Amino acid sequence: MSTTTLTAKDFATDQDVRWCPGCGDYSILKQVHTTLAATGLAREDIVFISGIGCSSRFPYYTETFGMHSIHGRATAIASGLKAARPELSVWIVTGDGDSLSIGGNHTIHLLRRNFDVNILLFNNQIYGLTKGQYSPTSEEKKITKSTPYGSLDHPFNPISLALGAEATFVARSMDRDPAHLQAMLMAAYKHKGASFLEIYQNCNIFNDGTFEIFTEKSSKRQETLFMTQGQPLRFGENGEKGIRLDGMVPQIVTIGEQYSADDLMIHDEMNINKAWILAQMFDNPYKENHLPRPFGVFYRGERACYEDIMKAQLDELTTKKGKGDLDKLLAGNEVWEIQN
Amino acid sequence: MSTTKTIIPLEQVVIKFAGDSGDGMQLTGTQFTNTTALFGNDLGTFPDFPAEIRAPQGTVAGVSGFQLHFGSTEIYTPGDMCDVLVAMNAAALKVNLKQLKRGGIIIANTSGFDVKNLRLAGVAKNPLEDDSLEGFELYQLDVTKLTREAIADLDLGTKEKDRGKNMFVLGFLYWMFDRDMDNTIKFLTDKFSKNASVLEANLRVLKAGYAYGETTETFSSRYKVEKAKMPAGKYRSMMGNHAMALGIVAAAHQSGLPVFLGTYPITPASDILHELAKYKNFNIRTYQAEDEIAGICSAIGASFGGHLGVTTTSGPGMALKTEAMGLATMLEIPLVIINVQRAGPSTGMPTKTEQADLLQAYYGRNGECPIPIIAAQSPSDCFHAAFEACKIAVQHMTPVIVLSDGYIANGAEPWRFPTSSQLGNIEVKFASPIENGDKFMPYQRDEKLTRPWAIPGTKGLEHRIGGIEKQNITGNISYDPQNHELMVHLREDKVEKIADYIPEQKIDSGKDTGKVLILGWGGTYGALKAATKDCISEGMEVSHAHVRYIRPFPKNFESLLKRFDKILVPEINNGQLIRILRDRFLIPAIPYNKIQGVPFMKGELVEKIKSVYNS
Repeated sequence: MSTTTLTAKDFATDQDVRWCPGCGDYSILKQVHTTLAATGLAREDIVFISGIGCSSRFPYYTETFGMHSIHGRATAIASGLKAARPELSVWIVTGDGDSLSIGGNHTIHLLRRNFDVNILLFNNQIYGLTKGQYSPTSEEKKITKSTPYGSLDHPFNPISLALGAEATFVARSMDRDPAHLQAMLMAAYKHKGASFLEIYQNCNIFNDGTFEIFTEKSSKRQETLFMTQGQPLRFGENGEKGIRLDGMVPQIVTIGEQYSADDLMIHDEMNINKAWILAQMFDNPYKENHLPRPFGVFYRGERACYEDIMKAQLDELTTKKGKGDLDKLLAGNEVWEIQN
Repeated sequence: MSTTKTIIPLEQVVIKFAGDSGDGMQLTGTQFTNTTALFGNDLGTFPDFPAEIRAPQGTVAGVSGFQLHFGSTEIYTPGDMCDVLVAMNAAALKVNLKQLKRGGIIIANTSGFDVKNLRLAGVAKNPLEDDSLEGFELYQLDVTKLTREAIADLDLGTKEKDRGKNMFVLGFLYWMFDRDMDNTIKFLTDKFSKNASVLEANLRVLKAGYAYGETTETFSSRYKVEKAKMPAGKYRSMMGNHAMALGIVAAAHQSGLPVFLGTYPITPASDILHELAKYKNFNIRTYQAEDEIAGICSAIGASFGGHLGVTTTSGPGMALKTEAMGLATMLEIPLVIINVQRAGPSTGMPTKTEQADLLQAYYGRNGECPIPIIAAQSPSDCFHAAFEACKIAVQHMTPVIVLSDGYIANGAEPWRFPTSSQLGNIEVKFASPIENGDKFMPYQRDEKLTRPWAIPGTKGLEHRIGGIEKQNITGNISYDPQNHELMVHLREDKVEKIADYIPEQKIDSGKDTGKVLILGWGGTYGALKAATKDCISEGMEVSHAHVRYIRPFPKNFESLLKRFDKILVPEINNGQLIRILRDRFLIPAIPYNKIQGVPFMKGELVEKIKSVYNS
């Protein structure tokens, strides 16, 4: 693969971007283009595959190879492409309905197989393109067009789902924090294996403000916990609070009172058990005594990628048996000849 | 003790091997088939599996059968009625007796007719002991006892010893039809190379069966079926699903393309996956996806990347793949979709055959969504159908549906296999890089109306495609009314244009004009051919044509139909091709339908042809 010195602008297409004004997708598009430029990859070596939904218009706005496929199947299509062409940089753009509802099956199986692709899950907790029905990540009792008296469903926690499917890279970011989103996109890109990046994205038409407690300046520092590898888990206006483990149970402590920074849980992306604890920090932020919502890399592990094992097996058998001889195969082992 | 045995020459014979699903009847049938093929007879087979993997032992539901028709003349079907019925137990006799000719031979394993087996089969009286089998030639062998005796000294458990029962029967039939045992001896030697005592047991039982026929006075006659006169060349025995897999391998080889098979197991198509999974050194990747949808979608992804994407399935899986077939039609990329049809709807009867899904293949998608359809007509023809489908897919940038069915998928026949040089190359063109900064036009078409195959990794070809309607030439999203109509017509014209590149429709038997044309498609080929030939030999002005290219039809198709007074369309369904014929050509064709999960018998076809001819 060749390396280039492209800028973010080189990844914009000549098509008008047609998301609603104010949609969180604009920011994500910008951060992705900036990240792509930073990778040094040539445009022709990158493929974006999407499903159906607002987010899935993404490929049309990105000057690489792209496919806007069908609802829920981007992950399945990307799996085949990556298996066939391991050298390509494959990105999947999907939403909470696309990848967790209609396409849930393919999502978990892609993660299990650990294809080296990047899944960008734009989570806005609503169906936007179909004009406002609740999604599998919507909070309980959600009032929407399809649930005028409140939804009955318990929502998915996407991070837990990804960890449960044994994803080897699981992270969360948000549309309103460009620097963090870029860092997470780069980390997802650099990870060898399936990267699952959940991006909180505001739908200002059908679900406006659903994440504002995490994204607005007035509450962000109190409500979010940005995780840094090897560092104690701190949050608050000036990092005065932290997360301490009481056995397996995370609790909020104030530094300088009973505990110092040395008592806090240290973030270790490679520790699956800690990742599970962090994933469970999924409280309703409007309830009393809730824990802050973590952002950053929950987990990063190593496992062989499907496409590499597939290629290795093919190469090994080709070396062992030699390149296939079609005439020998067509004749088989039991031939008889008829002469007239 | 040795006796003089009469040898009776026969032109053709139909044998049915029937027993419990644990009795090894499929293996016995396959071995007899291979030996018979190697000897030089023409043949056709029809395995008849029980629906359950391990149905209750001894019951009617657990009966597994294998029918073989072989002869010194041309054989087109596995045969209507049997000459010889091997019944390993009471249930096997009960299920198959109605298919035995009057005067036919029954070889019954007496230990399969004990009190317990009679009860399990739901038979009140032992048919071997009353006069219910009068009019048949009944031979009673205590196969279980004879098998145990042959290997009494071997250190094996009773259960293991009893597994050899089928070899005793096979050996006996080899004697009865004067076949040599070398092929089966070699097969057993390979199969049990790591288990000396089991090998020894099988070989001894096989030979004991042969010797039993030779030395027992009960059997006074043997039968001889001479070699068939077939076109000169090299032959092998071939089953439909195996042939389908080889057709794909051959297409990969002759096109230089890697193959990606994305699929999900389903009866009766899974054997194509099992076969292809063996051929990795032919640059073939097989991917057992999480479901039918992922099977086709992964193949679409691979095709987008420049591989030949293939997916295999049966009716219910086809239903699940429908939306993705529409996507492939919009993307205009190569994709081969193989449907080994079974009785439907829904789960239907998975182990039973039916020409169930032609209308689904032809019409069954949302929107105007034309996909070429090729129907395989016999076990070995699956090879050619798959090869041609791959060729059309890559040269016309389109998904292609191949229809097979459970009957030809599991049936076998002698195949005069081609060499790679006879197959010819499949030329594939990928779009070239653009270095000068010009914008690539993904929906710019050539003289075949196909768009370029532009694969990722090629400089200057970055483009976006998808399921949304696209602007002609640029491929950008377009909701323009005129453009949509244009694109619908372009996609249809592209598929219709394939007619310029496929052979014209031929008459298979009979003259190219006449009173009745018997028109079929798919797996009914052998039965229709046999029936038509019989009618022709009786002086009737009838002809048989078999449609292989159903979408588009060959260019001369309509004019050919119009040269006959009447068109009879026999199908193993409730009338599907006939609806398409009426739709396309407004012709008053006459249906003849059988929807019983089993193939046509020659006899019933002849009767129908006569009644149409004479009416």
